[in-house]
Amino acid sequence: MDKRRENLSSLINDDLLSQCIHCGLCLSVCPTYVTTNLERSSPRGRLRLIKEYADDKNKLGNIFEDEMDFCLGCRACETACPAGVKYDVLHNETKYLLSKDKKVNLKKILIKFFLNKILANPSNLKLYSRILRTYQQSWFRKMLHSSNILKNISSKLFLIDELTPQISKISSDEIIDEITLPISKHIHNVTFHVGCIMNVGFAEINLDTIEVLKKSSCKITTPKNQYCCGALHAHNGELKKAKELAKNNIDLFRNYEYEYLISNSAGCGTFMKEYYELLKDDKDYLKSAEIFSSKIRDISEFIYDNDIKFNSGKFNDSVTYHDACHLVHGQGIFEQPRQIINDICDKNFREMHNSTFCCGSAGIYNILRQNDSQIFLDQKMQNIIKTNADVVITGNPGCIMQLRYGVKKNNLNLKVKHTVSFINEQKGI
Amino acid sequence: MDKKIKSKLKEIVGQNNFFDSNEDKLTYSYDATPIFNELPEAVIFPENTLQISNIIKLANTEKFNIVPRGAGTGLSGGSIPVENSIALVMTKWNNILEIDHSNLTVTVEPGVITQNLQNEVEKLNLFYPPDPGSASVCTIGGNISNNAGGLRGLKYGVTKNYVMGVEMVLPNGEILKTGGKNVKDAAGYNLKDFIVGSEGTLGVITKATLKLIHKPKSFSTIIAFFESMKDCSKTISDIFNCNLTPAMMEYIDNTTLKCIEDYAKLGLPKAAEAVLLFEFDGREEEVKEDTNNLEMILNNNNAYSVKKAKTLLESSKLKAARRSAFSALARVKPTTILEDATVPRAEFPMLIELVNKAGKDNKVLFGIFGHAGDGNLHPTCLTDERNKNEIERAHKAFDFIFNETIKLGGTITGEHGTGLSKKEFLENVAGIPGVEMMKKIKSVIDENNILNPGKIFTTSPRCEGNLPFNNKQIKPFNG
Ligand SMILES: Cc1cc2nc3c(=O)[nH]c(=O)nc-3n(C[C@H](O)[C@H](O)[C@H](O)COP(=O)(O)OP(=O)(O)OC[C@H]3O[C@@H](n4cnc5c(N)ncnc54)[C@H](O)[C@@H]3O)c2cc1C
Ligand code: SF4
Ligand code: SF4
Repeated sequence: MDKRRENLSSLINDDLLSQCIHCGLCLSVCPTYVTTNLERSSPRGRLRLIKEYADDKNKLGNIFEDEMDFCLGCRACETACPAGVKYDVLHNETKYLLSKDKKVNLKKILIKFFLNKILANPSNLKLYSRILRTYQQSWFRKMLHSSNILKNISSKLFLIDELTPQISKISSDEIIDEITLPISKHIHNVTFHVGCIMNVGFAEINLDTIEVLKKSSCKITTPKNQYCCGALHAHNGELKKAKELAKNNIDLFRNYEYEYLISNSAGCGTFMKEYYELLKDDKDYLKSAEIFSSKIRDISEFIYDNDIKFNSGKFNDSVTYHDACHLVHGQGIFEQPRQIINDICDKNFREMHNSTFCCGSAGIYNILRQNDSQIFLDQKMQNIIKTNADVVITGNPGCIMQLRYGVKKNNLNLKVKHTVSFINEQKGI
Repeated sequence: MDKKIKSKLKEIVGQNNFFDSNEDKLTYSYDATPIFNELPEAVIFPENTLQISNIIKLANTEKFNIVPRGAGTGLSGGSIPVENSIALVMTKWNNILEIDHSNLTVTVEPGVITQNLQNEVEKLNLFYPPDPGSASVCTIGGNISNNAGGLRGLKYGVTKNYVMGVEMVLPNGEILKTGGKNVKDAAGYNLKDFIVGSEGTLGVITKATLKLIHKPKSFSTIIAFFESMKDCSKTISDIFNCNLTPAMMEYIDNTTLKCIEDYAKLGLPKAAEAVLLFEFDGREEEVKEDTNNLEMILNNNNAYSVKKAKTLLESSKLKAARRSAFSALARVKPTTILEDATVPRAEFPMLIELVNKAGKDNKVLFGIFGHAGDGNLHPTCLTDERNKNEIERAHKAFDFIFNETIKLGGTITGEHGTGLSKKEFLENVAGIPGVEMMKKIKSVIDENNILNPGKIFTTSPRCEGNLPFNNKQIKPFNG
């Protein structure tokens, strides 16, 4: 057995692969298949190709690799699949193996640097964020944009610049106390995961989350020096780093006593809920990973499960909701945010067509595959526009960035908000 | 396949609609049928009737085969490629051309997805009843070619009851138009009924006009659980005996129920031995009366935990859960061989008993569900194709089931077609004269045997020329 085969058989799990009975029920929910109408861009097709890759029977070429990258990782296929195929696990494993085989190029070095040296290291992340903020605030950026210089040099760089979150003045973990007490009664003990991008790019959403938790009778512990959850690493072929980060987080939160660990980023929440899967072969961590995962709750899930109500005064805006893939497909959270929003906005909620289709943000997909990402964004924006809503709400930072860019691109007068910010704007409980 | 032929094909459909990478061949080598697969030489997406006609003419001169394909959800291997073939995929050709409100018809291109069609006509208060479990994915072309049935067969019939007109490219490249919007048409042979169920062997369907009805004003969905199969069977026969005609009456056994619940998480009581899912539709008073009658019958037969869906969402969740049955069974074991045995509806409970016996005798596990209203059962053998011995036992069990089905006056396939997986049993149902007639028809219409050859029956004669003297002279048989 050559070395690659050995790796494959231990990594790509034959039982998981055989689970797919190629019934095709997942085709109609897969954004890439619906767009191309090609079986190889469908979950069923991709699983067949992964099987071939694992069997090493047939040499698969660039098209295979490209299909693995074209896949959004949105997991709509998992929601649709009655057979319970774990597509995401197989997809991540395949990407990991492919990344090991791939020749080194500049793009790969940059991604690796970004994932391993910046995201995975809190102090580096802050350092780079500060540099980025300085740039974002500078006359230099304004000049680049107003004169269209950047667009002319490289439309790709321009888009990256547009999609990068506006770095907050101060990262949220510098403001949030380690212990925050509830406003009134104390019922729940929770911890809060600040996230990496959330922490530096969406500090205000983190602060809104703390406010909402305070109003929800929670004593909130926010440990200092938290780690990135590792989701982006796993989705981009850096499985080892992802496992290391998972262990760091488990070790850190082990020091606290809590009922739930609250996350407000769909991607992080999903990934942390699956740490036990990631570390299933690690005897030392398996048990603690299971406990850790079982306590993760998305903020909307927490509010819904504990029947916490937020009243609004008068509400005039009409609202629509975009399902972040990692909430609806990753965690099966669909009714919870709708219920919360409906309670607040009374009858002004409008469902959009294909609300569960990916917006094209998909981790760093919108940077790695800009053209494809824009196709999915355009479809999403069309569906949003048709609802005529004033506000679009969603539960993931990536989607917020992407949708805000969509708003700008289409010159719309539409607000994009995180569920928790929407709640926090309402007065009283 | 020769490069020259490929470049000619490219000329006909354009570079963008021609694919022949390893990846593309692999991903068009299967449909939803277990175990069978074969690589095509190329995958082609035609955009109009003329292109198809030209492709077919080329196939006749260059001697390659054509396998028409919809969404590839077929369960008898109809769209699995054969030797030296191209896959002719219709999924990009998917416009609804016209909805004619006054004549109650809809005209579509072959790649239209069944559920999209249903949704569009329902917006206008019209209704297209055929409702296969795969409706969210499968195409009208595939439905017509397999004469698809579905969940509403009892009251509304199957696809053939709704096909009014078809446009089809014949195996010599000519274009046939038959039927239309007329409710009555007695001119000559009834060709369209002959095309329905032809599984892509007689031509390529390029357009279809389908019958619509008015959308029922109200409906109610009810699910009932039984502790014993006996009670369930008695319920079914009581319903027939008191002239109730539900639009839907679906049977689910315990194994299937557990899998469905694991997937859909509706809180169904997993311990039940048997489940029936009903739907009544029509005028409001009518539906109310039927529902009351049903509830009485259920009561008399010890059904417990009878639930009526309160909202549209609840009702569609229950139906969606039933639709997931086949795929959900893969949770138990990865290879699910699903059959399609059909008997006169009064024999339905007997058929279930026979399947259970076949499972016990051959030591294989079955999940059983089906359309109790029209006698169409889907015994699904739960196995693993990597375990050769078990697969053999599964085949033995199916042999038994098929033979017994025919003894009960039934047929080997109610709605999935014969394709590859059931052709060896065709003679038992259709008889030798029947199969011979089918073969003759095929050989006259498709002289060079280029359209989906080897499906439904084997077209090469059973014995040609001198009998062989020794083993070496016998060529391996490959349809
Ligand atoms: C989960 C699941 C549930 C199902 N439930 C049901 C059910 O309840 N009832 C039922 O009847 N079936 C059911 N089926 C079977 C299947 O979905 C139907 O047979 C369906 O009609 C196939 O449509 P398709 O578009 O996938 O066609 P394909 O599978 O691609 O093709 C089917 C046949 O039609 C031919 N064909 C396709 N398009 C054309 C064309 N334009 N011209 C000529 N020939 C053509 C092909 O050559 C092939 O022989 C189910 C399948 C699955 C996977
Ligand atoms: S992934 Fe699931 S839904 Fe898709 S083809 Fe496989 S078994 Fe069917
Ligand atoms: S993860 Fe999303 S894009 Fe990828 S195969 Fe599944 S549904 Fe398609």
